[in-house]
Amino acid sequence: MNLKIQHFVIIITSLFMASCQEATTSVSQINAKQLVIDSTLIAIDSIESFVAPYRKRIDQVLDSTLAYAPEMLTKQDGRYNTSAGNLLADIILEQANPIFKSRTGKNIDFVLLNHGGIRSVVSKGNVSARTAYEVMPFENSIVVVELSGKSVLKMVDFLMSSNRAHPIGGLQIILDKNDSLKSLLIQGSVFDENKNYFIASSNYLVTGGDNMNFFKEMLGATDTEYLIRNAMIDYFMKVDTVSAKVDDRFYKTN
Amino acid sequence: MERRKFLSNTSAAALAGLSGLSLNSCFQDSNKHITILHTNDVHSHIDAFPKDHSRFPNLGGLARRAALVDSIRKENSNTLLFDAGDIFQGTPYFNFYGGELEFKLMSMLKYDAATIGNHDFDNGINGLYAQLPHAKFDLLSANYDFSNTTMNGHTKPYKTYLRDGIKIGVYGIGIALEGLVSKKLFKETVYLDPYEIARDTERQLKEEEQCDLIICLSHLGYQYEAWEKKPDDLTLASKTNYTDLIIGGHTHTFLDKPEIVINNKDKEVLVNQVGCFGINLGRIDFYFDHSKNNSASGVSLMV
Repeated sequence: MNLKIQHFVIIITSLFMASCQEATTSVSQINAKQLVIDSTLIAIDSIESFVAPYRKRIDQVLDSTLAYAPEMLTKQDGRYNTSAGNLLADIILEQANPIFKSRTGKNIDFVLLNHGGIRSVVSKGNVSARTAYEVMPFENSIVVVELSGKSVLKMVDFLMSSNRAHPIGGLQIILDKNDSLKSLLIQGSVFDENKNYFIASSNYLVTGGDNMNFFKEMLGATDTEYLIRNAMIDYFMKVDTVSAKVDDRFYKTN
Repeated sequence: MERRKFLSNTSAAALAGLSGLSLNSCFQDSNKHITILHTNDVHSHIDAFPKDHSRFPNLGGLARRAALVDSIRKENSNTLLFDAGDIFQGTPYFNFYGGELEFKLMSMLKYDAATIGNHDFDNGINGLYAQLPHAKFDLLSANYDFSNTTMNGHTKPYKTYLRDGIKIGVYGIGIALEGLVSKKLFKETVYLDPYEIARDTERQLKEEEQCDLIICLSHLGYQYEAWEKKPDDLTLASKTNYTDLIIGGHTHTFLDKPEIVINNKDKEVLVNQVGCFGINLGRIDFYFDHSKNNSASGVSLMV
């Protein structure tokens, strides 16, 4: 991305001499610029002071350091899985499973989120509740749905053809060199089409968001009413270091 | 501005007799200058990014944008300021205050209008409605039918502005909500075909409102792969007849330069978008004079 001020001039020249016959007001020249908002601009005090009390309240709530990220985590560092996506999916599995288990006696098999739902990188450095708000600003809660093996296969098809590294955790998808499914493991065990699985996702996705239509085939749903953002904050409070890497949970063999 | 057709079909003799008048009408309106400023997908980014931010270090910030907008308005009082949607959602300001601060600050910056993005439904259509008292600018949407919602009567399909004798028509186009926003949030909002509605609205602005400049605020997104079958700004531009400029949003597209698209009448349409999060302000200056309407032939682009 180029953050320089960019300046373009578009000149539309006339074929005709300006004439009053059938003349109307028309554009003779267009200049287009993109102006970057940076520190060379002096912020207007009245705006700053208007915002100040709102900001103060938020800062009180959000800015204590909870953990440290030794590296930046982003959703753009992998073709099939990404550091930020893996972090988020693994957090949800770890944080939501105890809640789901205490309510239903069952375990979450795996997690599926959407790539578009990650709204920011986790910057290298201190991690706070604010980080969680940046990555996950939405008021989305974790919902666990039960899907048949057949529906899970539709989900895997969706992931294979979506062209986006939607965050997943708890399962492994390996593609062969022709982009066909080579292997599918769930919690380390071979996928069984005749079994039902419990998938943790967001209320946004299971109610039709991002066209994940296989969720329409759900056999049941448990809304944990646990916000994804709060799961992140709770996880950040629990750990010292926030790190994740692109790994082998979804990849293509040569 | 009223079209000056009164001299058409007059004889040469009559034209000679009126030469004084015609010269007047030729040159009296020269050098008119309208400045269009625009943002999109600001997503509640009121503060500048921190200096150690990995992607946008020390960039953005609404109080700085206000300073820039002020200085441009001083330079040219005939300036309009627009936003192409997704005002809401992205920082705790939205989570804590529901969009109140975003609307109040946009009003302080004297935004003229905005269109509605999918994330502006994030607190539900009633959440958007609840913030309307804080907005002193218009919400423009031609292809959302809000008849059976609380927003009914609180948006306009388009608005016209008269600045220095130039009439500017601005209309809003929104993205399909199904699959993007929970039905629970958008409720009975009906999404209408953006291409059809855009053509209807621009025709109205051209033929009935006699606008000199027609601008679309679009939250469709800049461009999609063909297989996604989703309407986008580049396709919209190619299908229009009268729109001069599409100010886009949704896809957070950072462009090296505005794109020029040839429309249905073989004329140039400018399509622009300035990324997201208030990192950039788009500025497009239109200079007007009297010339044949179909004169756009050699377009040169200088970087």
